[in-house]
Amino acid sequence: MNLGPLWLSVQLATITMLLLLVISTPLGWWLARTRSRVRPVVQAIVALPIVLPPTVMGFYLLILLGPAGAIGEWWLRLTGHSLTFSFSGLVIASCVYSLPFAVQPIMSAFEAVEQRDLEAAWTLGADRRDAFFSIALPQSMRGYLNAAVLSFAHTLGEFGVVLMVGGNIPGETRVISIAIYDQVESLQYAAAHQLAAILLVFAFAVLLAMFALNRHWRQQ
Amino acid sequence: MSSIDEIALRYRLQRADFSLDVALQLPLSGITGIFGASGSGKTTLLRCIAGLEAAPGSELVVTGECWQDATFSKPPHERQIGYVFQEPRLFKHLDVRTNIEYGMRRSLGRDTPAFEKVIALLGIEALLERKPAKLSGGEAQRVAIARALLRAPRFVLMDEPLASLDAARKNEILPYLERLHAESSIPIIYVSHNIDEICCLCDHLVVLDQGRVAASGELQSVLVRMDLPQVMGDAAGSILDGRIANFDAKYSLSLLTFAGGELWLPGRLGNIGDRYRLRIRANDVSLSRTRPQDTTVLNLLDVVIEAVQDAPPAAQLIRVLAGQQRLVARITRRSRENLNLQPGDRVVAQVKAVAVSRPNFGE
Repeated sequence: MNLGPLWLSVQLATITMLLLLVISTPLGWWLARTRSRVRPVVQAIVALPIVLPPTVMGFYLLILLGPAGAIGEWWLRLTGHSLTFSFSGLVIASCVYSLPFAVQPIMSAFEAVEQRDLEAAWTLGADRRDAFFSIALPQSMRGYLNAAVLSFAHTLGEFGVVLMVGGNIPGETRVISIAIYDQVESLQYAAAHQLAAILLVFAFAVLLAMFALNRHWRQQ
Repeated sequence: MSSIDEIALRYRLQRADFSLDVALQLPLSGITGIFGASGSGKTTLLRCIAGLEAAPGSELVVTGECWQDATFSKPPHERQIGYVFQEPRLFKHLDVRTNIEYGMRRSLGRDTPAFEKVIALLGIEALLERKPAKLSGGEAQRVAIARALLRAPRFVLMDEPLASLDAARKNEILPYLERLHAESSIPIIYVSHNIDEICCLCDHLVVLDQGRVAASGELQSVLVRMDLPQVMGDAAGSILDGRIANFDAKYSLSLLTFAGGELWLPGRLGNIGDRYRLRIRANDVSLSRTRPQDTTVLNLLDVVIEAVQDAPPAAQLIRVLAGQQRLVARITRRSRENLNLQPGDRVVAQVKAVAVSRPNFGE
């Protein structure tokens, strides 16, 4: 059995998840705390990938990341490589595609952090940055767990965007969903079954672990 | 400005439904009470001192060091204060010990009070490993007080620390605050709308009324001022510092003596020789031209009328002198006219001795 696509998917999902946790921290904090009138605009943009068909997302990303696109051209000059049909391009596309699944839980967790706890921290000698890392962040761990699991799982299940931006290059962009599609197309049902079953069990286990952990934390 | 131990402040701020306009010198010693009805600006003033409230154009000088002026405002975390809020505000993801250590680790102060001493003073030794969710309201507030004290603050701001507790929990914490007053030298600014708490704990008193300072000074001298009947309302009264001189076991009454007389009080208040502070409400003092022979009131004091003040609509406040001790009586205007009471008259004050009473530390 060729496990390459599975391994590639796990790599992609892990890197995307980690990047998204970092990106979503300032973004989620800003969304949770700001009174700015731009907030709904930013929220709508972040939520777009939930609504748009992956092909539409993928189409725009293909243009943007392509050698003539704003990001693609810059990347080409910087590294000499094209972003489209590459693993790096997939990571960027996945980050956009899974962004709402990381931002939403983190933002909700930050919204639950009470202003009065932060005030108490300031009067105890913590500056704003210190209070964020010592109070807001640890109190939001449940949100981070949910964000990690959801963005990881969502990236793992990605298909349309990958097909548009990454194509089907073994070891580079042929992730598990593409491989399964390929195998079904060429009537290799046995191989498709194996990969599909692995994905099914894995997805179920991850979600089960998340809900169990959530339940445990709620009871604490 | 001066560099003596005091807080000099001037705050002027305008909110939608409220304005604060105060200029004050607060002594940095003992406990200073800030008293006023809800909405009088007590909490806002405290938040200003802590730097939690934006108040441009204000001034705050602490022992000669500028914390805020027209162009500068020291951020809250650099102000080296302790703040005890109405609710304990313990961090729920930390246990009691790490909650307390949170402030200690970030303290700028050098003379940190001994951890064990403060923990023992507040009676929280047994709680250190617990999570805040497992504490009662009174326990949590004691932990919050310990957390504020142990960061070695220049002074502690307390915003109605007992207000969120029921009467039983209040009585659980008050003795700890009294011990604190007696055993610690950290100055406290104590906000409350409860005059009993103020009288029991404080040395100085500031009275706020609708965002303005109505009075400020030594506790008793503010209490017996005659120009605040509207502001003080039912809180009008005085304090009386005395010593326990005797205990009558048969009737379970303690005898309290002070410069100017003596009072019998129910219960065993302490050991003979102990200092004791009483609050005597103006409503619990009545006046009589002659010494009544057949009254159920236990305590009669020979006094001289010092001043008379209208307390609309129907009452009058009368300040009397018993030896060195000032008392305030609230009587009806009709009674005063019937008896034709005038400053300088010698009368008899009847004091109902069920007034709030607390042991007084501070020696």
